[in-house]
Amino acid sequence: MATLTATDHPPTTTRRVRHPIAGVLRWAVIIAVLLVVLYPLIWMVGTSFKSQRELASNLSVWPEVFTPGNYVEGWTGLPGVTFGRFFLNSIVLACLVVLANMASCLVTAYAFARLRFPLRSLWFALMIGTLLLPSHVLIVPQFVLFTHFGWVGTLLPLVVPKLLATEAFFVFLMVQFMRGVPRELDEAAMIDGCGPYRVFWHIILPLSRPALVTTAIFSFIWTWNDFFTQLVYLSDPADYTVSIGLRAFMDAAGQQAIGPMFAMSVLSLVPVFVFFLAFQRLLVAGINTTGLKG
Amino acid sequence: MTLTRIPSETRVPAPPRAPAPSKRRIGRRQEAMAGYVFLTPWLIGLIGITAIPMLYSLYLSFTRYNLLRPPEWIGIANYERMLSDPNFRHAVWVTLMFALVSVPLKLTVALGVALLLNRERRGIGFFRALLYLPSLLGGSVALAIVWQAMFGVTGAFNNLLGLVGIEGRGWVNDPDTALWTLVLLAVWQFGAPMVIFLAGLKQIPTELYEAAWVDGAGRIRAFWHVTLPMLSPVIFFNLVLEMINGFQGFTSAYVIGNGNGSPAGSTLLYTVYLYLRGFGNLQMGYASAMAWVFLIAVGLLTVVLFTTGRMWVHYGDGDR
Repeated sequence: MATLTATDHPPTTTRRVRHPIAGVLRWAVIIAVLLVVLYPLIWMVGTSFKSQRELASNLSVWPEVFTPGNYVEGWTGLPGVTFGRFFLNSIVLACLVVLANMASCLVTAYAFARLRFPLRSLWFALMIGTLLLPSHVLIVPQFVLFTHFGWVGTLLPLVVPKLLATEAFFVFLMVQFMRGVPRELDEAAMIDGCGPYRVFWHIILPLSRPALVTTAIFSFIWTWNDFFTQLVYLSDPADYTVSIGLRAFMDAAGQQAIGPMFAMSVLSLVPVFVFFLAFQRLLVAGINTTGLKG
Repeated sequence: MTLTRIPSETRVPAPPRAPAPSKRRIGRRQEAMAGYVFLTPWLIGLIGITAIPMLYSLYLSFTRYNLLRPPEWIGIANYERMLSDPNFRHAVWVTLMFALVSVPLKLTVALGVALLLNRERRGIGFFRALLYLPSLLGGSVALAIVWQAMFGVTGAFNNLLGLVGIEGRGWVNDPDTALWTLVLLAVWQFGAPMVIFLAGLKQIPTELYEAAWVDGAGRIRAFWHVTLPMLSPVIFFNLVLEMINGFQGFTSAYVIGNGNGSPAGSTLLYTVYLYLRGFGNLQMGYASAMAWVFLIAVGLLTVVLFTTGRMWVHYGDGDR
């Protein structure tokens, strides 16, 4: 952002007179908005560190004394299953989905972006169509299908569809990205005798790294935050992911255990937050390309 | 970098241009073969995970099916039952209220904050990132739990109201207000459309504003006659995206409504009711019928948006 030029911000350059108070006022509004937006998060973190006594008496956002008690108590989770298990399950699932999405969406996008074959436009239109298809429409028949396969209660219903490039957002994102990769590179390789497979392996795959990274980050965050499909397919507490475990913990502990519940909520958001800190520019760029939601 | 390109048009994107046929050594048949090899996983998914289940759910919607016994054909009874099911009608109403209030509100806030940020040179990246954070976190179970506590009787929201001497109440426990806490949670996630608005605002050519100043337009008229028309494709893009998302909200409503749309069904979004019918009562036939009605409704809404969009979305003449 160091190279911002005047043309990046048209209105400021053409303002005839800038009122000094207007600038101050604008900053005041921006900071007020920011405080309102961050308040729930700050309150969540603060509450998670309050002792039982402070939870009842201290109305301020921040605890007077930081106590890790809620974290210790919450970590025990459900009878016989700790949050450690839930985190492990979520990490395994998210990593599998990340790999599946990266591989399947990349090969699909390569076909759409670079190769000519009969019915290509039809398939592409159908791919865009599935972008708009609500997942709730498919959940019942897919559940019946996976029940017949004996897959319910395993990770298969959550991972196998991703191996089949059903996450059309990422296919679309990669097609858009590959459009920007100069076609001369393919052609040069082809003149040197490379076929479509070697062009894919030696040119498209290495050059698609930014799109692959974006796909990986969003796949991870979406899978981590996902609740609906995991709720449908996971039934044994030992298989619970963090989302399902947190919800079950809330049911079991009830409103009384607000401290431990908040502590586990904070922990459940840590991976997403770390991804946000590490990749926020890529994330912002990613939603600009395709309008991807967080 | 191609990644930062803003979607300047929201029509269904055309398939990428076919590569030029010249200068190639490999034959067209070989290329077509390779195309289908690369497409195979997706094609299997399209047929096995999408197309067949869709048709199967259409069939199920005309049956009574509880997974244990084979489906029993009952004609359009499921669809008839929907008409007389008060919970169904209630769920439709709740969903419409939720989407039609939260989406315009969210987009208005997103545009407002984007306009504020757009006029600054320094620190935008920092603020943009922090304001985007809720879009990443907001759909999680954790935030739904926090929201439920925040708007409870002893929650932070009532503490704030207490500071100014207003007596609060259990906002999430009151059927009159519970849905509005969900709306607030949705609006809180305005960061994603805001980022898209910001990118759109930067694409507006400076000359247009200069011309407007020369013609004596003030700030407000420049907004109405330059900013809004030039931004309309981006507004439209955000509107379509958020509408489709708005009708599909599940996690926060399920968690805040304690898994059954409470209090008194006031947070019973369509998706939550569909889930309860299908996986709570194992009424797979009824749930499938609901799913098809949902699909047709979302499809119709998209058509309406795209049709009316033509009237107010201004695609620049210059670059097209």
